[in-house]
Amino acid sequence: MLADQDRIFTNLYGLHSPGLEAAKKRGAWDGTQFLLQQGRDWIIEEMKKSGLRGRGGAGFPTGLKWSFMPKKSDGRPHYLVVNADESEPGTCKDREIMRHDPHLLIEGCMLACFAMGAHACYIYIRGEYVAEKHALQRAVDEAYAARLVGESNVHDYPFDIYVHHGAGAYICGEETALIESLEGKKGMPRLKPPFPANMGLYGCPTTVNNVESIAVAGTILRRGGAWFAGLGRPGNTGTKLFCISGHVNKPCNVEEELGITFRELIDKHCGGMRGGWDNLLCSIPGGSSVPLVPAAEIIDAPMDFDTLKNLKSGLGTAAVMVFDKSTDMVATIARIAYFYKHESCGQCTPCREGTGWMWRVMLRMAEGRAQKREIDMLLDVTKQIEGHTICALGDAAAWPIQGLIRHFRPEIEKRIDRYSANPHPTPVPMAAE
Amino acid sequence: MANRRLAPVSEQPESFAFTPENAEWAKGQIAKYPEGRQASAVIPLLWKAQEQNGGWLPQKAIEAVADQLGMPHIRVLEVATFYTMFALEPVGRYWIQVCGTAPCDVCGARELKQYLHDRLGPSGHVSPDGNFSWLEVECLGACCNAPMAQINHDYFEDLTPESLGKLMDDLAAGRPVKTGSQIGRVSSEPKDAVTTLQDETLFDGSRVGAWRKRFEEQGLKEQGADATGEKARTEASAAENPKAARPDAGRATETKAAAAPAQNAADGKPADTKDAPAPTAKS
Repeated sequence: MLADQDRIFTNLYGLHSPGLEAAKKRGAWDGTQFLLQQGRDWIIEEMKKSGLRGRGGAGFPTGLKWSFMPKKSDGRPHYLVVNADESEPGTCKDREIMRHDPHLLIEGCMLACFAMGAHACYIYIRGEYVAEKHALQRAVDEAYAARLVGESNVHDYPFDIYVHHGAGAYICGEETALIESLEGKKGMPRLKPPFPANMGLYGCPTTVNNVESIAVAGTILRRGGAWFAGLGRPGNTGTKLFCISGHVNKPCNVEEELGITFRELIDKHCGGMRGGWDNLLCSIPGGSSVPLVPAAEIIDAPMDFDTLKNLKSGLGTAAVMVFDKSTDMVATIARIAYFYKHESCGQCTPCREGTGWMWRVMLRMAEGRAQKREIDMLLDVTKQIEGHTICALGDAAAWPIQGLIRHFRPEIEKRIDRYSANPHPTPVPMAAE
Repeated sequence: MANRRLAPVSEQPESFAFTPENAEWAKGQIAKYPEGRQASAVIPLLWKAQEQNGGWLPQKAIEAVADQLGMPHIRVLEVATFYTMFALEPVGRYWIQVCGTAPCDVCGARELKQYLHDRLGPSGHVSPDGNFSWLEVECLGACCNAPMAQINHDYFEDLTPESLGKLMDDLAAGRPVKTGSQIGRVSSEPKDAVTTLQDETLFDGSRVGAWRKRFEEQGLKEQGADATGEKARTEASAAENPKAARPDAGRATETKAAAAPAQNAADGKPADTKDAPAPTAKS
């Protein structure tokens, strides 16, 4: 288990004050100016050395992302946008950072902005997080009052930070959709290239980072990239907030080393599996967008990006959903399919039409009111959506269903058999191709 | 996509204007964004309009916000219909939004929905006394506290049909209610079993500054060599980063890039390594 001294989010549960004074005692804003004095390249080098991979789901190396920003401004301002539009089902970690450890985030924003030559930062927080928005705004006001940030501040680096809120669209978690939304438009993803590092917010170089990726920056720079890289496993370094939900005895958020095994994570922090380990059916280890992994494969797997990728799933946001044997997996995946149908922005045809189509077929499969050949048809449709849309929502809608068919095909077939074994007044429908 | 329409004309108010207080607030929001980029404030303004109008957004408010921000009405209508937190039809005094996505779904959200259906009827209708309306929504991001619901602005977590029913009774009777977890958790910690973050030295300030030792040891050794190395690295990487594309390239509808709030500072002071002070052992 990770030692308390190596935890970054020391007020994760809000058992202490989120205010500035208490945050300083916990180590926030400690020597920020000293870190800035080390220079822009040093910060980016340290971040690269730490091996930090973005915590928003895709796992792209954060230091590398920062280095994509133009070294010199061509007259356009640079921006940092923090993605706090946390709405991946299963994920509830950024919320705890924003309401309990907001100063780590604000300090991280300043360091990241300095490293990228940006003087303004927007934090895009999801609209539903009203209390969190107020908590974060309170912390920002505190930082302004203490002249830690602002036009002229004690760090001698002009830096403004703004809290912006959305209004309930999952798609705005996609970086270009988030930028569109921040500009006051519908949150529809943009085609890339141009990439945001060249043309993002208001047509200016912009970097979009997840809350957790930014909030860990201060501690990484203080303790050194080598310290962070020493935790976890090679290529999957550092600590990570895991959000464990579903059928465990005590669901919780917890910061752990990447590479902790699934069994240890649940046993140590969640009071074990509900009904014991024999009761585990499967898990979705990285938010609803990744395919499920059956019990036998997940139970002793190290929770990190590469291992889970090899299990044909992914770490995503480390939102670990645990399902026991009472779960109707087909209905659960049908519910997830509904989520994607609801959240598709409607821009690309494969996603707009496909998510609804998949949901309707999934609903019938959950009842068993389907034809067996529709299973292959459904799989084929998921393959036609995957990779054929502007953003990754199409992929995210396709993967859970592919995972279900990969591991639970006999269950779907059993249901269809059971349904057709009984007489029904209406014929079993067949999806149009 | 969700199918969303404006409320029928019979329910639309005849006019809408921000109260002086809210109008002042709106100005503060617009000031957050660079000049000429006031459209960025559209979501906060619509949100405030909805709040002022008793929880839902009438057509007149959409038009008023559009006029204030100098946007065509249709652009703001697009925004209002795209984002699902804008209620386009009247809602109850207490608007209950139950999270129904997977983690809540397997932890009891179905029972909550059944309970609300039994008590209030199908979703999307205001109860006869005007107190409640309910809706199943997608993930609200409190999955470790599933199942949960948002009532107006507040989250209520770890619910059961009984505790939800009691909450509704209390709200209807005007009694104070406790937001957050309904089973005594502070936030998302494991209930009654917090085993992490117990070390007192994390909180009493005694560990502040401990990290500086590393720099003092390293800094003395490498100060000279590092300064030249850093400079060489900067020059090498500057060559690899060609000048960025024109700001309005490929986006005809965009106007020229506006100044950032801190633009004047940026102009005078590029944040380049060469201009930053050389690494020192002490701050």
